[in-house]
Amino acid sequence: MSSETLDAGMTPRKLKVATVSLAGCFGCHMSFLDIDERILPLLERVEFDRSPITDIKHCGPCDIGLIEGGVCNAENVHVLREFRANCKVLIALGACAVNGGLPAQRNHLELADILQQVYRTGHGLAEGSQIPNDPELPLPLNQVHAVHEVVRIDYFLPGCPPSGDAIWAFLTQLIKGRAPTLGHGLLQYD
Amino acid sequence: MTSSFLLDGEEVPFTPGQTVMQAASAAGKYIPHLCWHPDFAAHGSCKLCTVKIGGGFATACTTRAAAGQDVENGTEELTAKRRTLLQLLFVEGNHFCPSCEKSGSCVLQASAYEVGMLSPHFDHFYPDRAVDASHPDVLLDFNRCIMCELCVRASREVDGKNVFALSGRGAKSHLIVNSESGRLADTDFAATDRAAEVCPVGVILRKRVGFAVPIGQRDYDARPISQRVVEKLADGEQEAG
Repeated sequence: MSSETLDAGMTPRKLKVATVSLAGCFGCHMSFLDIDERILPLLERVEFDRSPITDIKHCGPCDIGLIEGGVCNAENVHVLREFRANCKVLIALGACAVNGGLPAQRNHLELADILQQVYRTGHGLAEGSQIPNDPELPLPLNQVHAVHEVVRIDYFLPGCPPSGDAIWAFLTQLIKGRAPTLGHGLLQYD
Repeated sequence: MTSSFLLDGEEVPFTPGQTVMQAASAAGKYIPHLCWHPDFAAHGSCKLCTVKIGGGFATACTTRAAAGQDVENGTEELTAKRRTLLQLLFVEGNHFCPSCEKSGSCVLQASAYEVGMLSPHFDHFYPDRAVDASHPDVLLDFNRCIMCELCVRASREVDGKNVFALSGRGAKSHLIVNSESGRLADTDFAATDRAAEVCPVGVILRKRVGFAVPIGQRDYDARPISQRVVEKLADGEQEAG
C-alpha cells in the first residue's frame, strides 16, 4: 500500500467530487473503496457530491467527476452531460468508460434481436413475457459508447477495474495539481 | 567486419546486412514493434518501430544499419507517435482486454502500457467481425486482428501450409482463411503449427488452455515488455510474437 499522503503543508478548501456508474457494474466503485483506510486522508481533502456514497441524485458544481461505465441508453447521455456541465475535471474510470467494455460487446448485434431474445424468446422466461415498455425506462442506444465519444473527457484511468492502488495514485497526483501518470503494474487494461 | 551506429546516443554494433532492428535487438536494445519477428522477413507494416535516423523517420525493421547512423528511439516525440498508432489500432478492432485470454501476454496491450496509453482517444469503429470456432483445437477471434501477417508468414514459410492471407483494401482489409468454406476446420491447420503460437494478440488461441496461467501472472504482468524482450534475448529465447 502506498505510504504517500495528501498533505500539502497547508489546508486548502476541500475539493468536491462526484461519482456515477453509467453502463457499468459498480466494480470501479468497489475498487475505489479498496483504497481502504486511505479514504480518511482523502476525506480531509475532498467531500462527495453526487455519488452512491451520498445518494444525492443530481450533480452540483464539482471539481472532479468520476464516470464509471459506458453509455448505453438515453439516461446515460443525460447524466454524462450533467457531469460535464458541472465538473471542472472529468475522469473516465475503468474499461467500460474508456472503451465501452463488456456492454459494448453487444455492438455488432441488432438491438431489436437482443431485446427479443432476452425478453421473449430466451430460455426460462414466463409465458407471455414482453419487452418492457414504460415511459420511465430510458431508451437503449443502438450501440454502447465510450464516454469520450459523447462528451470531452480530461483524464482516463483504464482497468477492469483499476486497482485501489491505481485509483489512489491517480487521485493523489490530481489533487496535488499534477497530470496523473501510471507506471507498470498500475496501468492495466484487464 | 563489425561497425556501429548510435541508438539514443549509445553505440550499437552491427554486421553488414543487418537492419537497425536486428542490430538493436542483438545488442539487447528494445525498439517497440508488432509485425516484426526475428524469425521472419521484415514486413514493415505496423510502423510501431519507426525511429528517427539523421532527422528523418524510418522503420527500424526495414532500414539497413549503417556505420555512423544517429538513431533516435526512446524520445518523447516518437513515444507520442507510437501512442497514436496504438490508439488507432485499438479503435479499429474490438480490443476488450478484460475478456481476452491473451491479456497479460499480448504484445499490443504491453506495447500500449510501454508508451503510457491511457485512452483510445479516437472514436471506436466497433467493427463486426466473426469468430471461427470450427477447428477442434484452435479458436480464431478476428476481432483482435491487427493484420501484422505473422500468421501468414509463419504458415507459408515455416509450416508450408499457406493457411492464412489478408484480403480487402484499406479499412476493409481483413485476415482470411484459405479454404473453400473460409473455415479453419476445413484446412490442414494444426495446433502444433508455428502459425498457432506466433500471433502477438488474441486472434489465434489454443482451446482449453486459456486461463492455465492466471491473469496477473502472465509475461507482461510481471515486467514491462521492454524488459521482457531484453531478458528473452539475453537468455537466447525466441521472442514470442
